[in-house]
Amino acid sequence: MATSSRVLASLRRVSVPRQASPLLQRFQPAIRVRWAGTTSATSEPHQPNENGTVSSSPAPAKAIKLTSETYPELQRNSKFAKLSQDHVKYFQELLGSESAVVDGLSKDASEDIEPFNSDWMRKYRGQTKLVLKPQSTQEVSSILEYCNKNRLAVVPQGGNTGLVGGSVPVFDEIVINLQKMNKIRAFDEVSGILVADAGVILEVADNFLAEKNHIFPLDLGAKGSCQIGGNVSTNAGGLRLLRYGSLHGNVLGIEAVLPDGTIMNDLSTLRKNNTGYDLKQLFIGGEGTIGIITAISIICPQRSEAINVAYFGLESYEQVQKAFSEAKTQLSEILSAFELMDGRSQKIVNTVTGKRFPLEGEYPFYCLIETSGSNTDHDSEKLQNFLESVMESSIVSDGVLAQDQTQIQDLWAYREGISECLGHWGGVYKYDLSLPISDLYELVNDVRDRLIEAGVVGDDDSFPAVDVVGYGHMGDANLHLNVAVRRYDKKVEKLLEPFVYEWVQRKNGSISAEHGLGIAKKAYIGYSRDETMIRLMKQIKNLYDPNGIMNPYKYI
Amino acid sequence: MSKLRILVPIKRVIDYATKPHVNRTQTAVMTANVKHSMNPFDELSIEEAVRLRERNTTPVEEIVAFSAGPPKAQDILRTAMAIGADRSIHVVVEEKDALEPLGVAKLLQKVVDEQKSNLVILGKQSIDDDAGQTGQMLAGLLNWAQATQASKVSIEGESVTVTREVDGGVETLKTKLPMVITTDLRLNEPRYASLPNIMKAKKKKLEKKTLADYGLAENLKLKTIKVTEPPTRKGGVKVEDVDGMISKLKELGAL
Repeated sequence: MATSSRVLASLRRVSVPRQASPLLQRFQPAIRVRWAGTTSATSEPHQPNENGTVSSSPAPAKAIKLTSETYPELQRNSKFAKLSQDHVKYFQELLGSESAVVDGLSKDASEDIEPFNSDWMRKYRGQTKLVLKPQSTQEVSSILEYCNKNRLAVVPQGGNTGLVGGSVPVFDEIVINLQKMNKIRAFDEVSGILVADAGVILEVADNFLAEKNHIFPLDLGAKGSCQIGGNVSTNAGGLRLLRYGSLHGNVLGIEAVLPDGTIMNDLSTLRKNNTGYDLKQLFIGGEGTIGIITAISIICPQRSEAINVAYFGLESYEQVQKAFSEAKTQLSEILSAFELMDGRSQKIVNTVTGKRFPLEGEYPFYCLIETSGSNTDHDSEKLQNFLESVMESSIVSDGVLAQDQTQIQDLWAYREGISECLGHWGGVYKYDLSLPISDLYELVNDVRDRLIEAGVVGDDDSFPAVDVVGYGHMGDANLHLNVAVRRYDKKVEKLLEPFVYEWVQRKNGSISAEHGLGIAKKAYIGYSRDETMIRLMKQIKNLYDPNGIMNPYKYI
Repeated sequence: MSKLRILVPIKRVIDYATKPHVNRTQTAVMTANVKHSMNPFDELSIEEAVRLRERNTTPVEEIVAFSAGPPKAQDILRTAMAIGADRSIHVVVEEKDALEPLGVAKLLQKVVDEQKSNLVILGKQSIDDDAGQTGQMLAGLLNWAQATQASKVSIEGESVTVTREVDGGVETLKTKLPMVITTDLRLNEPRYASLPNIMKAKKKKLEKKTLADYGLAENLKLKTIKVTEPPTRKGGVKVEDVDGMISKLKELGAL
């Protein structure tokens, strides 16, 4: 397994007449358990399967529980109109082309509509009968104006890759999918400013920029299907945040359509513009509750030529903090990632994938450092000095430095593979939290102690939980607290919630660092925001969307 | 009983995870600002040499890494020393004057004599030229035994057993030192270069030499006429129905 990428890579360029298949067998989880949890923890994808058997093809969409059943306290708001033939006819005439309207009202189009109704984790499922795919800002405007007049609720949808159920309907809200608005409008090679439609897929945008030696300032696992409009709407974080900062800083302008059809043209390409309230910021992370983003302008940095990755073993969380501050001091502008993984998470990756451990000894903490810069020699020298100093001062106990591209990928796989490997025993309770950096790991210890004390963690099948692990973006003080379980269990859930949220509240942290609120975390916002804040947010919602048609039942 | 004196020739090539591009004049692959690393087969060679030392069935006296290439080839020699080579020799050959397999084999013959090596482990081919000739030519020049595409090597005293993968199965050969072994993908899995070893490698000896030091000169027998990229694959088309497919097949002359 560990050599598969190496073998594959070489096979591509070296003709070797041999079967490579034994080495290419991919890990398949032995058990998969249907998601039946009622917690707000984010679940792992690809889990549903009632009898716990392995299935190679996804279960039929019908198997996903309706969101309205998972959340029985939610009732369809009766002020919203029910979709009628007249409405559908209006939209068909408005959008013209047949492929722009998926009509499930006048005919049975359940198969065509299903992908728009359910999310990729197969955890949320709505009941819409209509999907609209506008091709221009003007069309979006006409749709919303009509919906607002007729009190038709809508859900804006991008690549539908969210983790909190924000992009699928709860009841019969009309889905407005932006996939047909997928044009790159302009790129200035001197300033690096990109202007593009909201429906452009992140990877497409990044590949376009790569040709021009630039890079999209955001990268995440779902880049092959997520859309940049959705990324901005949910203020996605991801892997490049440490280096390039949040979308609140990088997005220079937004074109959005308000619920009454007004087109807000703030598609500025200016880095500086101190003229009045910066309204576009409301749409960044607004999750489609006050308008639909139809285009963005964003500043894109120069792509780095030289990339290095090192992987360390450390004796304590104190040492991890020291290493982080040393990395900032000595690597400064070339530091592009500082990721934390605890020993338990790395052991799980090792057990599940069978990949060789990068280091010989075992350590309670590991971290992965990536540098990227414009000059290989300059970077190497800096990195060498840094490595020597952290080794000599015993901050780091052991470490390796990737010597080629494949080793870079193999080392990253030890960080990025955690999420997938944790699902090996059946399921995972996942929490995405922001905490002060000094307290980051303490929560993991506290939760583990709590679960062990309650007797739910153990090595054999009689225990529901396998282990409690912590990892995350150290550079952004963003912790992923994960509890790997063999089955979803009420007792474990009661131990986790509200304990985790209360813990985070005590430290003034955030209960959702980069995943957003959607429907999953809506009820818990109070742990991170006080009443005044929530009241002010509601005022904004009511101001922009007095009829409440935009993405209802979610967010705040 | 003699000890092993292992020579490991390595080459700096474009990283195998990088897509190479042909230059505009179609004379070569572009190498400027492209990530380079050690030829993957050579990583296996150096790893195997270190494992022979660790197994110690026949004591290893010395492992010498060798490379003939541009100044930057020093980087991979340092990597080889971080993995476990004791010292290294670098014959500086500019990229534009790159040697051909026969030239490399003749150079290696001189190095073997100079270093009194009794075992040469080298990759079965380099992934840039794909010539796959150097090991065999070297064995011929030295008049030594050779085992190519090794997937397992064990040495007891003077006697060497090599398992090699061939069409339809494996073949096991037995011979005596001195010999030449070329490595194949399944021989081992190279280790990561650890930080303490990277630092130690900085202090290991790296000798710089020239072709003239070995009494050799450029003597290219081949001329590259043209380099082109493989033709790009054409995208498929979707047909509406069976009739559409039939007419399309007819149009293409397949029916």
